[in-house]
Amino acid sequence: MNALPIDYYVWLSAALFTIGVLGVLYRRNAIIIFMCIELMLNAVNLLLVAFSSRLNDPSGQVFVFFIMAVAAAEVAVGLAILVTMYRSTRSTDINILNRLKW
Amino acid sequence: MNALLVICGLSIVSLLAEIANFKKWLTAIVILGLAAAAALLVQDWNTSVSYFSDMLVFDNFALAFTGLLAFISILWFWMASDYFQAQPHHRTDRTSLIIFSIVGAVLMASYNNMAMLFLGIEILSLSLYVLAGSNKDSLFSIEAAFKYFLMGSFATGFLLMGIALLYGATGSFDIREIAAFTTSHADTLPSFFYAGVLMLLVGLAFKISAVPFHFWAPDVYGGAPTTVTAFMSTVVKIGALAAFYRMFAIGLPSTHSTWSTILMVITVLTLVLPNITAVYQSHVKRILAYSSVGHVGYILLAFTADPTGASGVVYYYLASYAVASIAAFSVLHLVEGNSESITIEYFNGLFKRNPLLAVGLTIALLSLAGIPPFPGFFGKYMVFALAIAQGYTPLVIVAVVTSLIGVYYYFRIIIAMYFQEPQQATPLPVSGAQRALAFVLIILSFALGIFPDAVLSLIQ
Repeated sequence: MNALPIDYYVWLSAALFTIGVLGVLYRRNAIIIFMCIELMLNAVNLLLVAFSSRLNDPSGQVFVFFIMAVAAAEVAVGLAILVTMYRSTRSTDINILNRLKW
Repeated sequence: MNALLVICGLSIVSLLAEIANFKKWLTAIVILGLAAAAALLVQDWNTSVSYFSDMLVFDNFALAFTGLLAFISILWFWMASDYFQAQPHHRTDRTSLIIFSIVGAVLMASYNNMAMLFLGIEILSLSLYVLAGSNKDSLFSIEAAFKYFLMGSFATGFLLMGIALLYGATGSFDIREIAAFTTSHADTLPSFFYAGVLMLLVGLAFKISAVPFHFWAPDVYGGAPTTVTAFMSTVVKIGALAAFYRMFAIGLPSTHSTWSTILMVITVLTLVLPNITAVYQSHVKRILAYSSVGHVGYILLAFTADPTGASGVVYYYLASYAVASIAAFSVLHLVEGNSESITIEYFNGLFKRNPLLAVGLTIALLSLAGIPPFPGFFGKYMVFALAIAQGYTPLVIVAVVTSLIGVYYYFRIIIAMYFQEPQQATPLPVSGAQRALAFVLIILSFALGIFPDAVLSLIQ
C-alpha cells in the first residue's frame, strides 16, 4: 500500500463521499437516500483505514469499528421510522413529507 | 464522571421500572437521581481528572455544563410529568430514551477525543429520532422524526469526514494533541486539513442548527410532541453548543484564521434570517423554533468575538435561554391540550383564563426578547459588551437590530394574552405540580437576572 501516495485515497474517498451527498440531495426514494448516507459513512471508513495504515496508528481502525456499529444502529432506527411512515402514507417517496411548512 | 455513571444507571433503572412495576414513582426517582448526579459534580470541582486514557476530561467547563444539563433536565421532567401521566403508553421507554440522550449531551460537554464526540452525538441523536416520532398516530410527528433522522445522519457524515481528515493530517483524535500539533506544524499542514476543519464546522453547525444548516429545525420542532420539542430546544442545544465550543476553542484555536471568517458569515446569517422569518409565522411552536435558532446566533457572536474567553458568557446565556424556554414550552404544553398545531389565537385572553400561566409566559418571553431585568437581557448585554471589546461593532449593530425584530414577535403573543378576548371563556385548570413549576421558573428568572455573577463566575 505504501506504493500509492495518500492523496489517491483522499481523492477516492472524496469522490465516494460526493456521490453519497449528491444522492441524498437528488434522489427522492427514502431507501436510496439511506443507502447514499451509508456510502458517505463508508467513504469515511475507507479514508480512516488508509490514514491509519499510513500513520502506523491503530486508533483509526478502532474508530472504523465505532462508525460501523453506530451506522448499524442508525439504520435500524431509520428503517423503523420508515416503516411507520409507510404504514400511514403507503409510500417511501419523501415528496409526501410536506405537511410541515411555514 | 460519577455523575455520568449515575445518569447511565438511571436510564437502566427506568427500563427496569416496566418489569419491576414501580412506574408510578419513576418521575420522582429520575428527578432525585439527577439531583444526586448534580451533587456529585461538586466534589469533582477544580480537579480536572481525565478518564479512559484522556477520552473524557471533566474539567470545570465540562462539570459546569453537566450541572446545567442535569438542572434543566430536572425542570424538564417536572414539566413533562403531566404528559407522562396523560400518555402512560411506553412511559418507561420514553423516560429512558430521554435519559440516554442526556448521557449523550454530557459526553458532548466533556469529550477530549473525537471518538467520544461522535459517540456522544450519536447517543443523543438516536434517542431523539425515536422520541420525535413517539406520537405514532400523528403524521406530523412521523414526518418530524423522518426529517430529523435524514438531516441528522447527513450531518453526521460531514462530521465524520471532518474527523477523518483531521486525523489524517495530525495523526490523532485527541483534541489537545491536535491543538499542539497544529501549533508546532502550522506551516506544513496538508491542504486536506483545512477541508477537514470546514467539514467539521458544517457538521457541528447542523447540530447546533446555525443558518444555513438550520432548515430542519422548524419542521422538527413543530412536528415533534411539545415536551420533546422543549427537550430538543434546551438540553440538546446546550450539549451541541458545548461540543461546538470545545472543538473550536480547545482543539482548533491555532487555526483560527481558517474558520473565523466563515463563522462570522454563519453568525450574521443566524442572527438575521430566523428573526425575520419568525415574524411571518402563525404557529407558536414554529415561532419558538425560529427564536431558538436566532438565540444560537447571539451565542455564536460571543464565540466569534473571543473563541477562548467567551465560555462564561456562553454559559450564562445558555442558562438564561434554557430556563426561559422551559417556561415558555411548559405553558405552551398546557394551553395546547390535545391539538396538534397551535396558533397565536390559542393564547387569546390567557390572562383571564389562568393569570399564573400568563404571567409565567410573559416573563419567559420578555427574557427571550432581552428586556431588563430578566436574565435574557443580561445575557445579550454581556455578549454585546464582549463583542464590542474585541472590535466587532458592526456585528453588534446587526445583533441589536435583530433582537429588536425579536421583540415584535414575542410581543404578538403577549398582546394576545392580555388584550384579546378569549375563544373559550372557561378557566384553564392546571395541576398543583405545574403551578409549583410556574412559580419556581418565575423565581429562577428573577434570581438569574439579579445575580448573574453567581453563574458567570462558575467557569470564567
